[in-house]
Amino acid sequence: MNETKYIPKSKLGQWLDSRLPLLTLSHHLQSYPTPKNLNYWWTFGGILTFCLITQIITGLVLAMHYVAHVDHAFQSIEHIMRDVNYGWLIRYVHANGASMFFLAVYIHIFRSLFYGSYKTPREVIWIIGLIIYILMMATAFMGYVLPWGQMSFWGATVITNLFSAIPLIGESITTWLWGGYSVDNPTLNRFYSLHYLLPFLTFGLVILHIWALHVPGNNNPIGIDVKKNNNETMPFHPYMVMKDIFALLVFIAVFLWFVFFAPNVLGHPDNYIEANPLVTPAHIVPEWYLLPFYAILRAIPSKLGGVIFMFAAIFILMLLPWLDTSKVRSAVFRPIYKKLFWVLVFTVILLGYLGAKPPEGIYLILSRVATAYYFIHFLILLPMLGRYEKTDPLPMSISDPVLDKPGVLDKFKKVASKYEGENVSSFK
Amino acid sequence: MSKEIKPKRRDFLFTATYTIGAVGLGSAIWPLVHQMNPDSSVKALLTTEVDISNVEVGKTITVLWRGKPIFIKRRTPKEIEEAAKVDLKDLKDPQKDSDRAKNPEWLVMVGVCTHLGCVPLGDKGEFKGWFCPCHGSHYDSSGRIRKGPAPKNLEIPKYEFVDSNTIKIG
Repeated sequence: MNETKYIPKSKLGQWLDSRLPLLTLSHHLQSYPTPKNLNYWWTFGGILTFCLITQIITGLVLAMHYVAHVDHAFQSIEHIMRDVNYGWLIRYVHANGASMFFLAVYIHIFRSLFYGSYKTPREVIWIIGLIIYILMMATAFMGYVLPWGQMSFWGATVITNLFSAIPLIGESITTWLWGGYSVDNPTLNRFYSLHYLLPFLTFGLVILHIWALHVPGNNNPIGIDVKKNNNETMPFHPYMVMKDIFALLVFIAVFLWFVFFAPNVLGHPDNYIEANPLVTPAHIVPEWYLLPFYAILRAIPSKLGGVIFMFAAIFILMLLPWLDTSKVRSAVFRPIYKKLFWVLVFTVILLGYLGAKPPEGIYLILSRVATAYYFIHFLILLPMLGRYEKTDPLPMSISDPVLDKPGVLDKFKKVASKYEGENVSSFK
Repeated sequence: MSKEIKPKRRDFLFTATYTIGAVGLGSAIWPLVHQMNPDSSVKALLTTEVDISNVEVGKTITVLWRGKPIFIKRRTPKEIEEAAKVDLKDLKDPQKDSDRAKNPEWLVMVGVCTHLGCVPLGDKGEFKGWFCPCHGSHYDSSGRIRKGPAPKNLEIPKYEFVDSNTIKIG
């Protein structure tokens, strides 16, 4: 790392640190230089860490009361809701926590897309982040199966059947996933086991994600490289920590609004009906955060094709650092990309809306158009923009866009003069 | 390029070691993978006998076999006729009705949509057969796929008539 060598003050600290450099790590995390122009879109990393820890803690507690068996699972959820002390609260935090986790991760991902945070030298951070996102989807899917309601059962059936589209070995793979010839008790048991495991893998990847971030340091809204020794950075603690905590509190307020005032609004009422392998609900929908991909799956009029496009929609993001050939990171200086970014946001939201609608008539046509545009954005428009887009001139320093505004310095001096005698000289 | 590289004794030992290691690792991993396949208690439930004496003409009963619904439909003469006269060229997965029903009056099928596994609804859809509400696949009165994303006809399980009133599935 770039900081000067840290030596703990106390003898004991030195003794420990020379054997296991925990204090050096802690010092690095506190003094880690962050660009001083980071805005609130940069607070979602901290928020996401909070979400993961909340899910792990509430999940750990729910596991003390839940029974992973087809005859008892549904009852044990009701037991948690009605009998267990504060069980309703813990379960609602866990269930809505999943939605909040995805809300935050989507903002975090779109932040990266807008400010070009996936570009060199941050490709590895981006790819690890996508793996975390995929693990999150797998974990959320398996968690949704555990209450063994109608949506749990039929969601599990539809998603596991995706693998049966694979030629030749597809059937054997689904049988292997199920541990039988349909979604049944063995399936529920293994999903529970994996649902418990994956968050810890995610946690490990989060550590790698942050480690990879701390090598080049944060990107920033201007997107140019920050000069670390030129007053352009601030130590993470206390400056970013305070900003993160404030954003987190606002986020928690939204989170708790859902938990206390609309705990079921993001779920589906059919999941309060116990699973029945003989009756498919009239309208199967996945959780909201998977809807855009579900719309893509249904837009393609072929089983294998739909599955391929759905997975491609996720994996294409892995190639993004190389598909986007523009050297300029931030959309602030890319007039055309900035517009296309919002078109993409709109397309993804539209796909989400269409995923919740029946696959017929105008909904089907729109899903096909939106699916086509999604791929055109990444495969055609982005590589072309890198060649043909005329970007705006980049500032020399992240301070310039602020200080170059007319009158800013005068205003600053005027404010500073009020505090005469109190260290004004350090302001300049 | 022309210079021939002669494998050394050490190269042989490395290759042999990797090979034995890979075989050992593979045989250690296999039980961990195979334990997820259907176990003996699941396989023990592979056949079901169904009494069909109470099924009226035009009605369907649904029974559970291997955790999946099985449709047993006693078809009307009109449905049998319609299923038989469909031109095979119109079918996505061409199959004659006579190959799908041993006894044309009785249609026995796995009631699982071949798209993504939902249970299709009976007497619905554009072909007077089954309609899957999940992603809009239409099946005809022989359970053949006619429209929608499903790639195949509804599967015919292995079954036999034990006597005129009993079907054994599996």
